[in-house]
Amino acid sequence: MQLHFNVKDENLIVRFTGELDHHTAQEIRNKIDNKYKNDMLKNIILDLKGINFMDSSGIGLIMGRYKTTRANDGSLVLINVNSRMEKILTMSGILKIVKVYRNEDEALHNI
Amino acid sequence: MLDNSMKLEFPSKSQNESFARVVVASFAAQLDPTIEELADVKTAVSEAVTNSIIHGYENSLGIVYIECEIKNNKLEIIIEDKGKGIENVNEAMEPLYTSKPELERSGMGFTVMETFMDHLEVYSEEGRGTKIKMVKEFKSVSIKE
Ligand SMILES: Nc1ncnc2c1ncn2[C@@H]1O[C@H](COP(=O)(O)OP(=O)(O)O)[C@@H](O)[C@H]1O
Ligand SMILES: [Mg+2]
Repeated sequence: MQLHFNVKDENLIVRFTGELDHHTAQEIRNKIDNKYKNDMLKNIILDLKGINFMDSSGIGLIMGRYKTTRANDGSLVLINVNSRMEKILTMSGILKIVKVYRNEDEALHNI
Repeated sequence: MLDNSMKLEFPSKSQNESFARVVVASFAAQLDPTIEELADVKTAVSEAVTNSIIHGYENSLGIVYIECEIKNNKLEIIIEDKGKGIENVNEAMEPLYTSKPELERSGMGFTVMETFMDHLEVYSEEGRGTKIKMVKEFKSVSIKE
């Protein structure tokens, strides 16, 4: 799993390439949290486009970052969610609290 | 379609989560699954194996056992650990129930297995381990003469 960070104003945009499971989630979580804290950012945009596998560990990762941003008066949003991920995310009810936008522009505009 | 079977065992290291789901998916490939069906199997296997590693064996190292059997257009998968077992299986299977929220677990593992597979059975005994039996029926199997 590879992570790519991009900062726009107070927004942290996170892109992934690879598989999101329990094994990779541990490292991803630490890297995102460190970047978010060190750069004193407010919002997180998770771009799920490059993820080619996700199990319920992904729900935990998203939920965790949702809490981190909320505790800092920010928000967490998702972009490029495919139908497969939507199925898993809907099951957990997380999409009732986490907003999904089509792409980065739409997310930056609404966040 | 000829019946077939395989067995796999490996130490409870998290690197093996992806190894296990890829092996089972490769085995299932002989049933000509759709991409969606294959993703269902991969996800369910990932959930069960992860559970054995993080809940069954917790911080110790043990062996995870997988057995697969193909009968007609059905794939039966058994995933077993000799770890700590589950005190209350019904409670464990409730959506959103997790005993490890501090590890950012979502409590959705069993729900995912139930949703993506056609059949799920959980046998567990405290102090002895847990055995998951799942069945996936491949609806689109091509008819071979
Ligand atoms: N193999 C196992 N050994 C021991 N306990 C287990 C096992 N699998 C599941 N459990 C228990 O069932 C609960 C629910 O599992 P699951 O639905 O996968 O959620 P999660 O893994 O996110 O906690 C776990 O939190 C754990 O307490
Ligand atoms: Mg689980």
